[in-house]
Amino acid sequence: MSVTARAVSLLAAFLVVAGLATFVAIYFIGGASAMPTVHYAASGGQVNVVLQEDPQNDSSSKPDWVSYYVQDPASQNWVHTTLFSVPAGTRVNVTLYGYDGCTPLRNNYFSQVQGTIGNTVTYSQFDQHGKEYVTDKTTQVINAWSDCNVGHTFAIPGLGLYVPVASPNAELSANNLCSESPCTTSGNPYAKETFSFISPAHAGVFRWQCLVPCGGGFIDGNSGPMQTLGYMMGEMDVVSS
Amino acid sequence: MAIETQQDRTQPAGGPPLGGPGGVLRPWFLRPGAHLGVLCAAVGYLLGHLLGNFLSSTYAQNALSDQNDIPVVLGYTFATLGWLAGLGVFNDLGRQMLGRPLLAEVRMGGGEAGLSKYFRYTLDHKVVGIQYLYGMIAYFLTGGLFAMAIRSELLSPSRHLLGPSQYLMVVGEHGTMMMMMMSSVILGPFGQYFGPLLIGSKRVAFPRIEALGFWLTPAAYVILLSGVLFGGFPTGWTGYEPLSLQATTGEDAYFFAFGLMGLSMILAGFNMIVTIINYRAPGMRWSRLPMFVWSMFTVSFLQVLAVPVLVGACYMGLMDRTFQTAFFANQLGGSSFLYEDLFWFFGHPEVYILALPGFGVIAEIVSVFCRKPLFGYRVAAAGMLGVGILSFFVWQHHLFDSGINPDMRPLFMLTTELISIPTGFIFLVAMGTFWKAKIRFTVPMLFALAFYFNFLIGGISGVFLSDVPADTTEHGSFFVMAHFHYTIMGGLIFAFMAAIYYWLPKMTGIKLNEKLGKLHFWTMFIFFNTTFLPLFALGLMGMPRRVFEYARNLETLNDWVSISAFCLGVSILIFLINFVMSMLFWREPEVGNPWRSRSLEWQLSSPPPPENFKRVPVILSSPYDYGVPGALPVADLNPPPGVIGAAYAGASGVPSGVSGVEA
Amino acid sequence: MSAAEPPAPSPAPSSAGPRHGRRLFVIWLVLSLAACLLIWFVWKPHLPPGTMSDAARHQQFDIAVLAVSAAPVVIFVLLYFVYAIVVWRARPGDDSDGEPTYGNTKIQATWIVGTTIIVLWLFVFGTVELVVPAGAGAGQGPAPIWKLDGATSSTWTPNTNTMLEVQVIGQQWTWTYRYPQFGGMESSELLLPVNTPVEFHVTSLDVIHSFWAYQLGVKADANPQVDNVAYVTAKALGSVTVRCNELCGIWHGAMYNYGHVVPPTEFQSWARGVQAKEQANGILAALPPYALTYDPTVIPQMGKNLIKIDGITGAAGYYYPPSDPVTP
Repeated sequence: MSVTARAVSLLAAFLVVAGLATFVAIYFIGGASAMPTVHYAASGGQVNVVLQEDPQNDSSSKPDWVSYYVQDPASQNWVHTTLFSVPAGTRVNVTLYGYDGCTPLRNNYFSQVQGTIGNTVTYSQFDQHGKEYVTDKTTQVINAWSDCNVGHTFAIPGLGLYVPVASPNAELSANNLCSESPCTTSGNPYAKETFSFISPAHAGVFRWQCLVPCGGGFIDGNSGPMQTLGYMMGEMDVVSS
Repeated sequence: MAIETQQDRTQPAGGPPLGGPGGVLRPWFLRPGAHLGVLCAAVGYLLGHLLGNFLSSTYAQNALSDQNDIPVVLGYTFATLGWLAGLGVFNDLGRQMLGRPLLAEVRMGGGEAGLSKYFRYTLDHKVVGIQYLYGMIAYFLTGGLFAMAIRSELLSPSRHLLGPSQYLMVVGEHGTMMMMMMSSVILGPFGQYFGPLLIGSKRVAFPRIEALGFWLTPAAYVILLSGVLFGGFPTGWTGYEPLSLQATTGEDAYFFAFGLMGLSMILAGFNMIVTIINYRAPGMRWSRLPMFVWSMFTVSFLQVLAVPVLVGACYMGLMDRTFQTAFFANQLGGSSFLYEDLFWFFGHPEVYILALPGFGVIAEIVSVFCRKPLFGYRVAAAGMLGVGILSFFVWQHHLFDSGINPDMRPLFMLTTELISIPTGFIFLVAMGTFWKAKIRFTVPMLFALAFYFNFLIGGISGVFLSDVPADTTEHGSFFVMAHFHYTIMGGLIFAFMAAIYYWLPKMTGIKLNEKLGKLHFWTMFIFFNTTFLPLFALGLMGMPRRVFEYARNLETLNDWVSISAFCLGVSILIFLINFVMSMLFWREPEVGNPWRSRSLEWQLSSPPPPENFKRVPVILSSPYDYGVPGALPVADLNPPPGVIGAAYAGASGVPSGVSGVEA
Repeated sequence: MSAAEPPAPSPAPSSAGPRHGRRLFVIWLVLSLAACLLIWFVWKPHLPPGTMSDAARHQQFDIAVLAVSAAPVVIFVLLYFVYAIVVWRARPGDDSDGEPTYGNTKIQATWIVGTTIIVLWLFVFGTVELVVPAGAGAGQGPAPIWKLDGATSSTWTPNTNTMLEVQVIGQQWTWTYRYPQFGGMESSELLLPVNTPVEFHVTSLDVIHSFWAYQLGVKADANPQVDNVAYVTAKALGSVTVRCNELCGIWHGAMYNYGHVVPPTEFQSWARGVQAKEQANGILAALPPYALTYDPTVIPQMGKNLIKIDGITGAAGYYYPPSDPVTP
């Protein structure tokens, strides 16, 4: 081949490879940041974070994976993400709606509330007609093994925060669970839980996860949604105010 | 000692030399080759995927997990079969089964000019060697890119470039790409190319098996990379259960690719053993065998004996993932220790499969550039064999803290430390060869010296790891990382670079630019050491492997390592530039014997003729007889008729007239 | 079989020979002595993993001895190479070959014997350092051979030589600790009393993790349904970094916490306090009974609420499909 032909084919090959490598790199990094972060701002020295966990989700590739949703404070819409940010050194009040049915915890120790203010959570349970059959129960323990009452947990191990999330009871879990996503309170049984904690003084990224093995179809139930951002694990960004 | 004395018996008498019975060569795109292979692979994947969906769509587990491994695994299987079929691997088999004559062996004779033969299923071991060379460089560079991504992520313990699953994906891809594909980085390009040349043979014993061994590697490479599309695999290159059982679909890519590469290694090893035992030229006694051939011989045994265990483990892992068997899941009655044992029973000989060819190549190079015989030839050969044999008895040192019974720990500590004795022979041989030598610092020799320096550090750190109390802190930390990067990258890859600079003129008739080569050497050596030496400290200071968050006080050291690693990447880029520019544009010819080596392959033209030797040579002396006054040349390339019998008679007292004399 | 070595004479020490050898020997001796002294007196006190526990101290000693044994070897090889590069390089324009030596039986034999002696020494020393500090902090599996001597008792009191049992439970992706001698209470914090023999039982609830308490010099893999025992005695107060050392999934890199070594009485009051708190809020009764390994899929408390498929509850993720014909 002549020198020009060689140079051209070399350039072409280089561009192809470089293009492929760039595409793959962006596909990775782009993939990681494709999820939006919901930003919560403080009002009156406190911040209100609203989350829910659903038995199914609205993604097209993995519709049967359980998933958390975060409510955008401005639009009140549910965003399919698990990334949110709170200001540093503030009291964070979390409201969690649990729509998914009960599953026993792998380690029942995490039925105990840790790391919240007062080490308690307060929860209420509603059936699909809206009847509140448990009202504002404040407790240190929601036993995942004695009654069917815990669906998932919300844990930020870096802060020592472990909170079991209440769920509809056994009978409702077996029959009437929410089948849409994101779920709404009308027509679906759910549990509503509130707790508070103080966000750390320094900025940083804190991972959070669920400790109930809710990845159905995977051994130990700890894969799938449990190991994918945007479903049952996420990051809480603490930003300095 | 068999001599290839007969023409390939499949050539139909008086038949046309080219193409099929029609006598006309079909156009390039209709003959089997890589292009057809890609097409058939794509079709095969789709077929397999459809079949898998059809077979397994009723599994309720898939309804829960929204993932199905069976279509993916079947897809890979059919894709590989399609790839091989498109290449024409099964064509001769088919012809034999149908009782039709095989195509004339024009491929063996290298009758095709031009580049297209490198994209075909060819039976010339030299073409296979060149195919391996380009393949291995491509795989190495891909793995290296992943390494750059890892070091970018590790620049900061708190700011993350990659998400946690992306990071694990990158770590797994880098490790598996390197450990899996680099097992043939010297055996492929140089072993397949120079094995027959060094023993004076015109061919390998099983050219079809050898070519198949090569063509499995691009399939393994693509399948491994396709794991990225499925989100990767979170287990690293070791694939420990039950995490690999828990992983999503990307893990299938890992097990399947590793299994394919394992098959490739087994085939290559098998072919090489038979070739070395049976195809040595007359006069090529075991005591005159070049050290590189000794290393190939040992490694081929390791491949044939250890790799099937890996293929078994990968197969069982795939069965666990697709058919919900429970070989390795403790919770379901299996044993995760079984996987660890199977994997490491392979894994330890694997690292010697990686390291030993490096020893062999470097021994060749050292002798040439010291212009002295190899000191302690028998000791060197014993070292190779000793390392090979002992490597089967040490694998538990990867499992010292794992919860297996502790009573064997002192034993495995002993065997692992014993392995350092035959490894030390390599150094003894080098040091003896240096004694009162005339050392010439060509680029291959520089890499050889760096090899010894790196392997010394790597080997001594291995002794630290073999000591069980010290291993308690060092296991699974960056200390181990530094150890194996020193032995494998500092050893094997430096040896690969030495071999490329040494042998490329012979393989292609073109030499690599020397100035760029020296620049490449110095940058690679310096930045390699600045990258990996601090990792020993990092490990001892408590940083485990495969983590993306580490203690804040280790950040400075990690930054130093990352920047060094980027510079190391630049040095590899210099090599790539040198390679590409020399091969494509500068093309400085080098057709003689520039290193004035006595070795047999240098007595031929560059590149060697298609049939290697016009006549089977008679080996007259050792290739290492430098400085011996009145030494015979290494071989007689034109033995007159009847001399072969005489050579036998003279050497071993067998009367002449022995059968097999070439007419 | 014909001889491998052609009949070339082994090099008789010419006038040049001893000079090289002696030179090398002297330089090596000086450098090695200097290195060994430096390693032992300057570097050893700072060697990881420190002296916070007996296991760590023994490991530190072991690493120092290894370094001192290895340094002369490394120096010898490096020195020889540097010497060779400097002294035996081909002078420009010199194209001749070197002096042909095929081998020297004496040197080869000395080398083999020498390396064997070093290796055997390291083996003996390593075995001693493994056995004496009760397994050197490494996990020994369910049937440990090298144990600390402390009395075993179902309750623990400070300042008696009672072994404290601590169960380390690894789960994706956090560590918890159970103290059977305090009613089997569980805690996310690791506290240990100083100067007390501790028996760690490391296990996992899902995949393989590895408990690495760096300053204590303890490393034991946590395997599901396997009890991995490791022994240590903490000798100094302070904080201990606990990291997961075996890739366990996505948050492996973030699976760490900090333990503390405190005075025994403080430890006892902390443990009793946690036990009381967990008894009061009912979590202690809710935990499975203390066992050396757990099958988290077996939950007797859930009775008929438990959905079991093929013997596996939802806590195992419904691994087998409910429509599996084998399911009872």
